[in-house]
Amino acid sequence: MLSEDEKREIEEQLKHYDVKRPACIEALKIVQRYRGWVSDEAIQDIAAFLEMTPDELDNVATFYNLIFRRPVGKNVILLCDSVSCWLLGYDAVRERIRERLGIGLGETTADGMFTLLPNVCLGTCDHAPAMMINDELYRDLTAERVDEILEQIKQGTE
Amino acid sequence: MEIPLTKNLQPGGIPLPIKDFEAAGGYQAVRKALGSMKPEDVTETVKQSTLQGRGGAGFPTGLKWSFVPMGEQAPHPKYLVCNADEMEPGTFKDRVLLEGDPHSIIEGMIVSAYAIQADVGYVFLRWEYRVAEERLRQAIVEAYQAGYLGKDILGSGWSFELYLHVSAGRYMCGEETGLLNSLEGKRATPRSKPPYPQVSGLWGKPTIVNNVETLANVPHIVNNGAEWFRGLSRSQDAGTKLYGVSGKVNRPGVWELPMGTTVREILEEHAGGMRPGLKFRGVIPGGASTDFLVEEHLDVPMDFASIQKAGSRLGTGTMIVLDDQTCPVAMVHNLEHFFAQESCGWCTPCREGLPWTEKLLKAIEDGQGEEGDLELLERHSKLLGPGHTFCALAPGAVEPLQSAMRYFREDFERHITEKRCPWR
Repeated sequence: MLSEDEKREIEEQLKHYDVKRPACIEALKIVQRYRGWVSDEAIQDIAAFLEMTPDELDNVATFYNLIFRRPVGKNVILLCDSVSCWLLGYDAVRERIRERLGIGLGETTADGMFTLLPNVCLGTCDHAPAMMINDELYRDLTAERVDEILEQIKQGTE
Repeated sequence: MEIPLTKNLQPGGIPLPIKDFEAAGGYQAVRKALGSMKPEDVTETVKQSTLQGRGGAGFPTGLKWSFVPMGEQAPHPKYLVCNADEMEPGTFKDRVLLEGDPHSIIEGMIVSAYAIQADVGYVFLRWEYRVAEERLRQAIVEAYQAGYLGKDILGSGWSFELYLHVSAGRYMCGEETGLLNSLEGKRATPRSKPPYPQVSGLWGKPTIVNNVETLANVPHIVNNGAEWFRGLSRSQDAGTKLYGVSGKVNRPGVWELPMGTTVREILEEHAGGMRPGLKFRGVIPGGASTDFLVEEHLDVPMDFASIQKAGSRLGTGTMIVLDDQTCPVAMVHNLEHFFAQESCGWCTPCREGLPWTEKLLKAIEDGQGEEGDLELLERHSKLLGPGHTFCALAPGAVEPLQSAMRYFREDFERHITEKRCPWR
C-alpha cells in the first residue's frame, strides 16, 4: 500500500504531464525516499496507481542505477570510478573504505549502516577523487578525509 | 575579454537572487524577444551567430531550431528540453552554470522556447546534482512570480510552462532520443532516426533538446547580436567556451575563454601545467568519448573545426590529462569499463562489443594479453564505429581506444611481450 504522503507527492508530479506514465521514475524515487529501496510489492502498488503493469514498471526500475531494487544500508556511498577520479586515487579511496567498513563494491555492512556502490563521473573532476553519501557530495578525498567523513556519518546516524 | 556566461558567478557560489540578476541585465533578452521580435527573427539571429551545440556534437543551434514546424498548422504542444544530464566522464562545466547562475539557463530556455513557439519545457537534470536541483527549483519559482513563466508572458499572448525533471542515473539519458524516452517514463534506449525529434520528439510532438551551456548563450546573442557573438571568438567557430581541465595538473578547474584558445594555453596558463615531477603525455580534449591528442597538438586551437582536423573532437571542451607516470592501457581500460557498463543493450554491436573490448584490455593490463589482441581491438574499433550502431555511445567509446593504440602503441605491445604492466 502506498502511504498518503507517497500518493500526494506522486500526484503532484502527475501535473507535469498529460498522461500518467512519465511520472513513474519520479514515483519510484519518491517511494525509495520513504522506504530506502523499492520492493516487489512497491512495484505492484506504484504500477497500479499509475495504470501500468508491474512488468512495465519493473522494466523501467531495473534500468536506472539509482533505483534500488534490493535493500540498501541507511547510508549509501556512491563512489565515483570514472577516469578523472581513477587518475587521482579512486583505488586508494575504495581500499580505505574496505579497510574501515569491511565492504567492497555492491556490499552492505552487517549492521546495515552503509552500502558502497560504484558511480559514474560525479561531474566534479577538478576536485577528484569524489563520492556522494546520501545527498551530500565529498570531494578532494584522501584516506584521512575518508576516515573523518565515515566517523561523522556514523555518529550522525546513531 | 568578455565572459558573458560566467559574469554573474559569485565568490562562494551562491547564485544572484532574481532582483540582482535583473539588475545585472538578466531577463532583458526575454523582454526584447517577446516585445519586439518575431519567433523566426530569434531563430535567424541565432543562426547568424553560428552558435554550435555545447553538449558535445557541435550541431548548429539555429539550424536545429529551423527544422521545427512553425505557423498555425504546426502540431502542439511543442517542447523544449534542457539537457542537464551532464555525465560524460571528465566533464564538469554545466554544473558551474546550473549551480552558480540558474536564472541564466531559465532565461535561455524562455527565449529559445519562444523562438520555436514551445508550450512546455523540461530541465532534465541528473540526480547527483543536488545543489543545482535546489537552486533551479527556487529560480523557477522566482521566474513564475516575476511573470517570465506561465500564461501570457509579459502580455505577449505566448505561454510557456517549465518543469524540472530529476533523473535516476544512466549515461544514456544524455543521448538526445534516450533522454526523450526517459522523460516519457521508459528505459533510456535510443530511437531510430528519422524522424528527428525536431519534428517528432516527446510524445510524437516537435521537440528541441539543447545543452545547458548552449541555452545560456542565447540571451546574450539576442541582446548583443550575432556579430558580437562571432567576435568573441579567436577562430572561425563563434563565442566563448567553458573549458575544463582535470588530471594531474597544478590547478584543475573550469574557465570561460574565447573559442579557439589553444590546448597549450589552457593547460599551461590556466591549469598551471603538470604537477611537479610529471610530464605531459596526452590529453582527451572533450570528455571521455574523444580521441587522444599528444604533444604535437598542443598548439591546436580548441574549437570544433581545428580539433577535428587534428583527429579528435572538441566534445564538451573539458580535457582529461594523461601524465607520464600513468599507464595508458589502464586508463583506456577504465574508460571502456565505463562505456561497457553504460551501454543500454539496445543494439548488438554495442552490447556485445564493448564488454569484449573491456575484457581484452583487462587481460592486457593484467599481463595476460596474447598475440593478435591488438588486431582484435582494432577490429572492434572499426565495427563499433559510426554507422554500425543506433546511437553515438559505441562510436564515442572507441575514439580514445583507437587513438591510444595509435599514440601509445609501444605501451600496449610491452604489456603483451613482457606479460605484465610496466607501470606496476
